[in-house]
Amino acid sequence: MSTVEERVKKIVCEQLGVKESEVQSTSSFVEDLGADSLDTVELVMALEEEFETEIPDEEAEKLASVQDAIDYIVAHT
Amino acid sequence: MAERRVVITGLGMLSPLGNDVASSWEGIKAGRSGIGLIDRFDATDYNTKIGGAVKDLDISEYLSPKDARKMDPFIHYGLIAAQQAVDNSGLAEFDALDKDRVGVAIGSGIGGLEFIEKNVITLAESGPRKVSPFFVPASVINMISGNVAIRFGYQGPNIAITTACTTGTHNIGYAARTIAYGDADVMLAGGSEMATTRTGIASFSAARALSTRNEEPEKASRPWDKDRDGFVLSDGAGVLVLEELEHAKKRGAAIYGEVVGFGMSDDAYHITAPSGTGAEKAMKNALRDAGLEPTDIDYINAHGTSTQVGDVAEVNAVKNVFGEHAHKLAMSSTKSMTGHLLGAAGAVEAIFSLLAVRDGVLPPTINLDNPDEGCDLDLVANVAREADVKVALSNSFGFGGTNGTLIFRRYED
Repeated sequence: MSTVEERVKKIVCEQLGVKESEVQSTSSFVEDLGADSLDTVELVMALEEEFETEIPDEEAEKLASVQDAIDYIVAHT
Repeated sequence: MAERRVVITGLGMLSPLGNDVASSWEGIKAGRSGIGLIDRFDATDYNTKIGGAVKDLDISEYLSPKDARKMDPFIHYGLIAAQQAVDNSGLAEFDALDKDRVGVAIGSGIGGLEFIEKNVITLAESGPRKVSPFFVPASVINMISGNVAIRFGYQGPNIAITTACTTGTHNIGYAARTIAYGDADVMLAGGSEMATTRTGIASFSAARALSTRNEEPEKASRPWDKDRDGFVLSDGAGVLVLEELEHAKKRGAAIYGEVVGFGMSDDAYHITAPSGTGAEKAMKNALRDAGLEPTDIDYINAHGTSTQVGDVAEVNAVKNVFGEHAHKLAMSSTKSMTGHLLGAAGAVEAIFSLLAVRDGVLPPTINLDNPDEGCDLDLVANVAREADVKVALSNSFGFGGTNGTLIFRRYED
């Protein structure tokens, strides 16, 4: 079973079209990985599906980096 | 202001016959059918199980998976045809290109039907929070033109005319006028379609518009033949680079031919059935625009979809416009091989018309075994023929009674 970190990074790679080697925990979706506002919305939807959870919009807006996403998932699932 | 002449300097195409212009044109000259069984979805429950698909396309040659995911297939096709046309024209190598003077007019008849279907199902099953943020930009019709502009940096006029099956023709005609009027020096123009989806086939099938010759897909599209039973819905795209003549000469571009006439009209008659007289008006308007006589036309690439009413109406319209000359010119329907690409039809047929002029080849009408009553013109039955084609006319007629005619002439200084 993959860890939360591995699963989050895999989804980030798929959604943002980046290589695994480019994705660090500290990577910012917008500044480091080239996401725009629509990409981040879809990324959150993909995370919700993967982890069978619902991320409220006000929480989703705060998820700026890979680590933010991992922390949220760990805390809420 | 001196008259600005408009020539064609680049072509791009995806069709059921091939994934570029060369292979599609080879298919046409060989009289090959691109029609087969639908495999995009399970068509078991459908009366019509055949269509013309774009086959073996490697989208990753043109688009990253991330970008591709944000676009319906009709945008993929349009964008790929545009890339091919730009490559073919040599525009990208012309350093002095003023991108403010380059525009785009690429439409679609229906738009992102598959993307719409998927998201409607998502909405129904999972609720509004699961609808993709890319749903609208992935499916609305002007997003080929928008994405082409973004890809190449073309900041001139950007538009997407949508007039059902006349879409491709209208976009090319509009683009030619935009250049002639002085609003742009170069325009990418054409159409794209991917409507062989579950709802697309179901709707045209419910309208009894589609052939149900499922056992013999390659014989299903048979314009003017007595045994025709409707059109075959197909996918693909055609894009042309239109260019002001002096601009093309200045950069030493190869010229396929000249756009000399464009005519429009409407039947003002019925939402789907043709009146016939509207088609006559479009052809007459194009001839007047070109300053040509009916006797100047050597070849007509017909709308010719393989429907009972439409095929005969077009023959009668041609007889009324051309009189005696109708029996001297050649007319064929390349839809007998490609099927009906709806909004892309006028664009791929404009390309075939230009290649007929360039190569001196009359494309055939395949499956024309027994011409229907009154269909007694030279319809280039079954086999392509060499001929000196100096001027070609291309017809498109669409739902809503909208008609468009383009006239292309061999380029001469």
